[in-house]
Parts: sequence; C-alpha cells; structure tokens
Amino acid sequence: MSDTAAQPREDDAEDTDDPTEGGTGDPSDDHGSGPVSTGAESVVAALETAGAETAFGVQGGAIMPVYDALYSSSIRHVTMAHEQGAAHAADAYGVVAGEPGLCLATSGPGATNLVTGIADADMDSDAMLALTGQVPTEFVGNDAFQETDTVGVTRPITKHNYFAHGADSVGDTVGEAFELARAGRPGPTLVDLPKDVTQDETNETPGPATAPPGTDPDPNADADAVEAAARAIEAAERPLCLFGGGVIKAEASDAARSFARTYGIPVTTTMPGIGSFPEDDDLCLSWAGMHGTGYANMAITHTDCLIAVGTRFDDRLTGGIDTFAPEAEVVHVDIDPAEISKNVHADYPLIGDADRVLDQLTAAVREAPDAEAWRDRCAEWKETYPLTYATPDDEPLKPQFVVEAFDEATDDDTIVTTGVGQHQMWASQFWTYTEPRTWVSSHGLGTMGYGVPAAVGARVAADTMGEEDRDVVCFDGDGSFLMTMQELSVAVREDLNITIAVLNNEYIGMVRQWQDAFYEGRHMASDYTWMPEFDKLAEAFGALGLRVDDYDEVAPAVEEALDYDGPVVIDFHVDPEENVLPMVPSGGANGQFAAVEDQL
Amino acid sequence: MSDDAPDARPATDGGSASDAGSGAEARPAAADQPAPEEREQPEGRRNLEGIRIDPVVEAEHDSRRAVISALVEDEPGVLARVSGLVSRRQFNIESLTVGPTTVEGHSRITMVVEETDPGIDQIEKQMAKLKPVISVGEVSGDAVTAELVLLKVEADDPAAVHAVTEMYDGRTLDAGPRTITVQLTGDEDRIDDALDAFRQFGILEIARTGQTALARGDTPTAPGEKPGTAGEPTTHGD
Repeated sequence: MSDTAAQPREDDAEDTDDPTEGGTGDPSDDHGSGPVSTGAESVVAALETAGAETAFGVQGGAIMPVYDALYSSSIRHVTMAHEQGAAHAADAYGVVAGEPGLCLATSGPGATNLVTGIADADMDSDAMLALTGQVPTEFVGNDAFQETDTVGVTRPITKHNYFAHGADSVGDTVGEAFELARAGRPGPTLVDLPKDVTQDETNETPGPATAPPGTDPDPNADADAVEAAARAIEAAERPLCLFGGGVIKAEASDAARSFARTYGIPVTTTMPGIGSFPEDDDLCLSWAGMHGTGYANMAITHTDCLIAVGTRFDDRLTGGIDTFAPEAEVVHVDIDPAEISKNVHADYPLIGDADRVLDQLTAAVREAPDAEAWRDRCAEWKETYPLTYATPDDEPLKPQFVVEAFDEATDDDTIVTTGVGQHQMWASQFWTYTEPRTWVSSHGLGTMGYGVPAAVGARVAADTMGEEDRDVVCFDGDGSFLMTMQELSVAVREDLNITIAVLNNEYIGMVRQWQDAFYEGRHMASDYTWMPEFDKLAEAFGALGLRVDDYDEVAPAVEEALDYDGPVVIDFHVDPEENVLPMVPSGGANGQFAAVEDQL
Repeated sequence: MSDDAPDARPATDGGSASDAGSGAEARPAAADQPAPEEREQPEGRRNLEGIRIDPVVEAEHDSRRAVISALVEDEPGVLARVSGLVSRRQFNIESLTVGPTTVEGHSRITMVVEETDPGIDQIEKQMAKLKPVISVGEVSGDAVTAELVLLKVEADDPAAVHAVTEMYDGRTLDAGPRTITVQLTGDEDRIDDALDAFRQFGILEIARTGQTALARGDTPTAPGEKPGTAGEPTTHGD
C-alpha cells in the first residue's frame, strides 16, 4: 500500500472517472508490506488474504477509515440502503457462495441496525463477518455520540465477537474472525473497530489467519460409534433420513444422496435442508414439520430409525416432543456436540462433519435394511396426502399457482429467496427444489423482510461466481416486502437481475390464519389493506413494475419478468383467505397434521 | 377453501411442478384425505427431555447438584459470556466464582448448578463452545469445596460471639461497640451449621463468595488440566 492511500481524502471522489482504481497503483498484492500502514488498511489486507470478494454495508462516521481503505481494494463494496439489508444481503451471499458473507456498518445505530441480520445468521448457522465502527477507544464507556456497546449487544447472537485493541493486531483479529465464522459449525462473528484503532499507523502486517484453537473440530466421527449406528441402520425396518441445513453447509449433498440411494432409505428434509436431496426423487418425501408435507410427517411419525444429519431438531420441525418420531432410534450426525441430545435424545451420536460422517456410514453399513414394505408405505402416503389446493371459479388467484408458474418457467439452478410468512411456506411447498444453495430463506429467526436484501445478496453472489444466467426469484409477502423494499434501490443502481413476486393478500397472512384458527377470527392489526401499489412503487424506484390479478395474466407476467434485464416487481393480488396447509399446530403431533382448516 | 369447492381451473393442469408429481386428477382434495383421527398412530412416546420412553430402559432424570469447573482465558468479557450463557439457556445456577490460576492469563470459573444429567451435559457443552473457554467439566463427586463468608452480627454479647467464632474456626475481622464482623470458611454444610449458630446474636449482613472447588489427589479439576505442576493446562481441543 503506497503512502498516498493513507492520506486523508478530503475532496472525496465526486468526479473520479473510475472509483475502483483511485490512481494509487496496483492495490492487489502489496498490502502492509510498506513500512507504515493504518489499522484500516490492515483490516482490508486481512480480508483480502482471507479471500473476501464482496462486502455489503452503509457508510458512517466511525467506520470511515475502513471505507477509505476499501477505496483502493479489490473487494467489491455494495452500498445498501439500510444496515439490516446489508446483514441479510451478506448472509444470503454466503449461503449462495458457500463463503462467509461480509457486512459493514458504523457505530451506534449502524451496529444496532445490523442486529436483526446477525441474529438471523446465528439462528441459521450462516457464516458471516460483521465489522462495526466504534467511537475512539478513549471515549468508549462515556456515552459518546453514536456509541453503543456493540460487543455487549451482539454477544448472545454471535459465535464470538471481538473488540479491536490496537492497530498492530487488528488485521490478525479480523482474519481470525473471518476464519472462525466458517470453522466447524458456521455462524456470525463480529469485530468492533474503534476509530483510533483503524486510523493509527502500524508496521505490522496481518499473516494468514486460522480459526482459534479448538474451534475447528475433527471432521470424522468416532469409528466405533459409526459401526454401532451402522448396525442399527441395517436392522431397521422403517429407516428414514432427515437431512438438515448442516448437510448443505458441509457440502454433503452428494454424500447424502449416495447414502440414501445406496441403501434405499426414504428421505425427508428440514426447511433449511431443502435442496440437499432432490425433491423429484422417488425416495424424497420433501420437508417435515409444521407446514411440511403430510407424507413427510407420517413417515417421521412412524419411522423406527431416524438418521438425522445436520439438524438441531427445532420445535417447528418436531412439534410436540412427546410425539416426535416416538418409536425411532435416533442416529444424530452433527458437528456441534451441544446439539446432541439437546432436544431429542440421540441413541447413536455421531459428532463430525456431515460429508465425512455420511461417507463413513455409507462404508460401514454392510447390508441395506429390509425396507421394501416401508418404502411402499411411504409411497402410499405420498398418494394419500399430497400437497394440494383448489382453484374454484368464484375465488381469486391462488398464490400456490404463482409459485408453480415460476417453477415451471425457470431452470433447476434458480435461486429462490423469501420473506417470512404464508408466501414463504407456499414457496417452499409448491416449488420442487433439486439442488443445494438454491433455497435462501430465514428459518430460525423468521425475519420478515429477509427476501429483498437476500435477493440482492444472492444475485451478487451468483454474478461473482460467473453464474449470471441463473435466475433469482424472490417470493415476498406484502407485509414482508414493505419492511425492506428500500433495497430495491440497490438492485436498480447495481442493475441486478432479480424478480420479486409479491404474493399480496392484503393481510399479514400467517397472523390472519392463526387469528382465524385460534383467536375466533378477530383480525387485530393483521389487516394490510393500506399497502401502496407495489407496481407503481417499483416504477418509482426505476424497476419494472407489473400487476397481476387473474390466472391468465400469470404466465405472460412471469415470462416478461424473467426476460427483463434488471429488477422487476410483480404485485400478484392473490386470494386473501387462502391458508397454508397442511398444518401441525404448535406443540401438536406431526402425524396429526390438519389437512383442512376445520381439523385445527 | 370450502369442502365442496369445484376443482380445477388452470391451476393444476399442464404438468404441474408440484410435489405431488402425479398430475391434477390423481391428487385427492385435502378434504378427502383421512382426518387426523382416522390415521394410524404410533404407540410410542418421548419424555420432555426428548428421550424415547422405552419400557426396557425407562429414563427419568432428577436434578442434582454439580460443581462445574472451567479454565478460561482471562480476557475482557469472559465472565459476561459465561453468565450470559447461563441466563439465556435458563440453567439453574447457585453460585459462580472466578479467580486466577497457576498460569498467567488463565482463570478458573467454578459454578455450582442444580440440573438433571442432560442439563449438566448441556452446560458443559455450551460452555465448551465459548471461545475463551479452554477446558470445562464437572468436578468429580468428592471434590474439595469451600466457601468464604463474611458475617456481621450484633455485638450485645461479644464473648459469646467470640466463642461461636472459635468453634467454627472463624476469624474476627472487626469488633465495634455495636457490631462484630466475622470471617468463616468451609464447605457448604459447615457454613450452614455456623450460620445457624450465629443466628442467636442477630445477623445484620452476610456476604458469601459461593463455592469454589478442586478435584482431589491426581484427578484434574478441569478435563485435561495437569495437576501438581506449575500450570501447563492443556489448551483447546482435548
């Protein structure tokens, strides 16, 4: 890094021809090699060394030194409209790219605005590094302007967080935080950067970083435990795989497919596990849980050997714990020992990396379980309890139809992002997922507003990987869309090829559904008839805006949107009264799912 | 969606991509599917700890007292991380003490908890995930435990207070015209007995440190910790 880059930049870059070059010579390979650089330059050098290619963020006072160092970096920075959007975009970028996402914000409100996105990444075990500016060290604790105890606020929602203590070590700290985010069970990390630390000069160059000791565990499960589990699998009469998000994070989809197919074992997934196993495979029963398929929930209720990989047995999956897979011996594969027997007792705990342990299991099982009758039973349940919806003449456009129309019009590698609510459930139920990292959603935290910034992050990731041809479709609800739609401005500015399908039912629909089922139809604060006209709003942002009210308009609108070069919003006015079914009520038995409302 | 809704509009025609995969005609309407009570039911159940209730191996767990010892890196926020974890996960904790060890930069945290065996297991595993935690485990049952108590009583009968203090090997730290402050140490039973004895004088204030503990003999207090040396506790990854 040349000395000029360390000079204060007083005049800004308002008329610079090409801001990525900045006139400081080759920025790529000489970071920190000069006698003096700043802490901020050290931060950026560490990020480049770690392989970070893209950052999402919002400028602000305390983070300015880092942004100034990014000015001459190879890292692409995508300015977002709101820090929450930056965190979600980074999260989704990481999900699609398989690398930690990176987001930046300033101190105080910048950092607190990241919190929702960090918590979301934490709940879904998504690798992400957040860098936050902080007031200068000497002001910390004095309630200075834009001071928040960011480390304190984010402590329970990060894998680990750091307060940077000096320009000499800050590069190494950032490098370690990046590696820690993806080590073992992935998750978000954060480094809080006081402004003096990033401004001060240092002679130290950050070295290649590694995760801290003890955080990158042995990928192999104990061999004896694998043998014991293999014997249980061989002896099973009703074996069932349950593939969770950990399968995708461990890049274990191939191993998972090979294991299930080799031994003829039917497969369910969790919601985060969608895409780990192709849903058009005969063995696949799609995903289980509250709004999972009836056949997945029947299978999970009746299995005698549940081979659960990379899942934490969330309550939305298990329903009431007393009736969850109540006759199953549980083989539980997880990289995080704390997940073993946390919610569901593991008879055969296998601690290790999903990819490696599935290979170990595939090798250890000598004989396929005798499960032909069980496979027939699963196939029968598929016939008996299909996902379905009706389209009577006197009812408005059904949202499920919109999801199916997009699925039919796009390729298998299409990336789907969603907000949270009814539209999210329909997008997961009525789209046939076949590949990992194509389903990008907010599962554990259930963050309304995730969809649009996630589509931005997913699009940028696909483009960065040279996969410009893949489609990115965001299914959103009217309520969800309203929460983060300002990020549409980013999609317009960056000319991102995304289609946002708002399934607009003029309700915060999942709440309305619960009010009808459990609160005597009292629609308190769930009525969203006050929404703006989203197609016109899209035009105001500079995107293409379309509106669809009936079946015959769906296919042409889908085609126009997919052909359009740039961001599109389609405001689908769908049946406000449509409900998400089947449904296992909170704490209920999976096998007792309601197929229609009056069974709730 | 009414039960007798006429089926099919464009919706499920034309090679639907839906999970049913068998076309519109083959899909029974939701209302025609077997109702919950008509479906086959498994007979098994799990208890609230997620353990399969097996007539052969019935598993029921009562809570018990356990002493957990952790070696941690002495860095800012480590106590906040541990206490935050305990409160967030609703672990039932009786006391928590922190202090230096034989190794510079390492501290020992000792917690007394009241939990079931799976709960104790969770505490250990969740603590082990904290980056500054080097090693953590339950101290074996016959650990040496002790607590320090400061006790302020009324000084109406100084001689009697002194006698009880002697009886429990305590020390008088302050004696004034109206109050006497005494220091006591010992395991929990001994402290409880002493407090009972002092109650007759009128206890004004108490400050207790909570239990701290070391394993007996050659047994390491935290897993992997090397006893009897000037430190060198093992690092992560044991």
